[in-house]
Amino acid sequence: MRAMLAAFAAIVVISIGASQVLDRAGFSSAEQGSSSSVRLGE
Amino acid sequence: MKRLVLAVVVLLAFLSPALAQEQPQEPPQADRSATGGAQTLEDIMKRQRGEAVDYDFRRNATGDPNSAAGMTNQLGTLGGVSDPELWRALRFGSADITVSSGGKEATVLMQDGGMRWLEIRNGPLKTYGAYLLAGTLAFLLLFYLLRGRIRIDGEKTGQTITRFKMIERFGHWLLAGSFILLAVTGLIVLFGRIAIIPLLGKDAYAPIALASKWVHNNVSWAFMLGLLMIFVMWVVHNIPNKTDLKWIAVGGGLLKKGVHPPAKKFNFGQKMIFWGVIVLGASISASGISLLFPFDFPMFAKTFEILNNLGLPQLVGLGTLPTELAPHEEMQYAQLWHTIVAFLMIAMILAHIYIGSVGMEGAYDAMGSGEVELQWAREHHGLWVKEVEEAQQKSEAPTKNAVPAE
Repeated sequence: MRAMLAAFAAIVVISIGASQVLDRAGFSSAEQGSSSSVRLGE
Repeated sequence: MKRLVLAVVVLLAFLSPALAQEQPQEPPQADRSATGGAQTLEDIMKRQRGEAVDYDFRRNATGDPNSAAGMTNQLGTLGGVSDPELWRALRFGSADITVSSGGKEATVLMQDGGMRWLEIRNGPLKTYGAYLLAGTLAFLLLFYLLRGRIRIDGEKTGQTITRFKMIERFGHWLLAGSFILLAVTGLIVLFGRIAIIPLLGKDAYAPIALASKWVHNNVSWAFMLGLLMIFVMWVVHNIPNKTDLKWIAVGGGLLKKGVHPPAKKFNFGQKMIFWGVIVLGASISASGISLLFPFDFPMFAKTFEILNNLGLPQLVGLGTLPTELAPHEEMQYAQLWHTIVAFLMIAMILAHIYIGSVGMEGAYDAMGSGEVELQWAREHHGLWVKEVEEAQQKSEAPTKNAVPAE
């Protein structure tokens, strides 16, 4: 049971981590679909 | 000699029609002089009847800049390409387009493969997928009603044996937990429009769909890590061997009470699940990555080329698969393949969940606490129990005989 709960916690951590890392590395859909001529968030 | 000549003549007589057939036959060119080369009523009727129309006469009629009229002449400013010809080039994806943002995919303004994809996604993909899952559930229910729970046949010993270590169970649940999340969110995204919107309405479905997309995209990494973990930890135990033949011969003892074929750490049924998960899991991960980073990892043009060279699609009557795909078509094939593999995996895992929980007494403990009843282990993994006991005896033996240190 402990292994199961630890794995489920790991899923949460990995998912949030992946989302944060990919967003910050410029892989958000908004950034991927734009270029330097597009002003995002302004 | 006469006979030999006769045999050759007969052989040639049989071969000649076949040889004649292999000559490439030029399709008869339709006469389109009445429309000045544009499509005719017959073309339109053919399309409406759902028959294939060879569009080359339109695809290639995109003007000729080399024979353009001079700039000062009539229509000279169009550069040898009339408006209809320009639209035709856009329609068939051959126009020279420059875009200020987006990659190669942004230069495709019309992509009619999208309709084919949408029809397959909303039609056969959903229908057969739903049949497969419903059929699997019905089969499992029937199996339960006929066979009931598979009990431990012998007397319970009260002793347990460690079946899976903490790290093995962690890897399993990392994969299992993420798979269930991916399966549920994937089904929500695929069937939401026909199954959830009519029940809850669009306003309620929108945040569910958005959350499902986030979960599906990000949990995928945990799935891939889990897949890698179980592959590394268990591949050695899942290589097929002779013992599996005995398991297959009695159907794993699943159908008859008291039948327990010998098995090591994993029996043949578990090996099938393992390799199914590894192969389908790797494939679904590849198409998933292709979808996660749209247009960056096209896989299908290359795959189709390899398949064409092997002659497999031709063998099953699919003809030659297209090897030049628009970026969007790559994504569409990836989505279809991702979903087909997902349905197969869900069906397989439903059976796995059944046998690991309600279907068999004592099976869940293996992944719950990791400690299983010794009698259960002897019945289902007899050879493995012997291996473990022998290893224990060996490791204890030297300590028993050892001379105490002075």
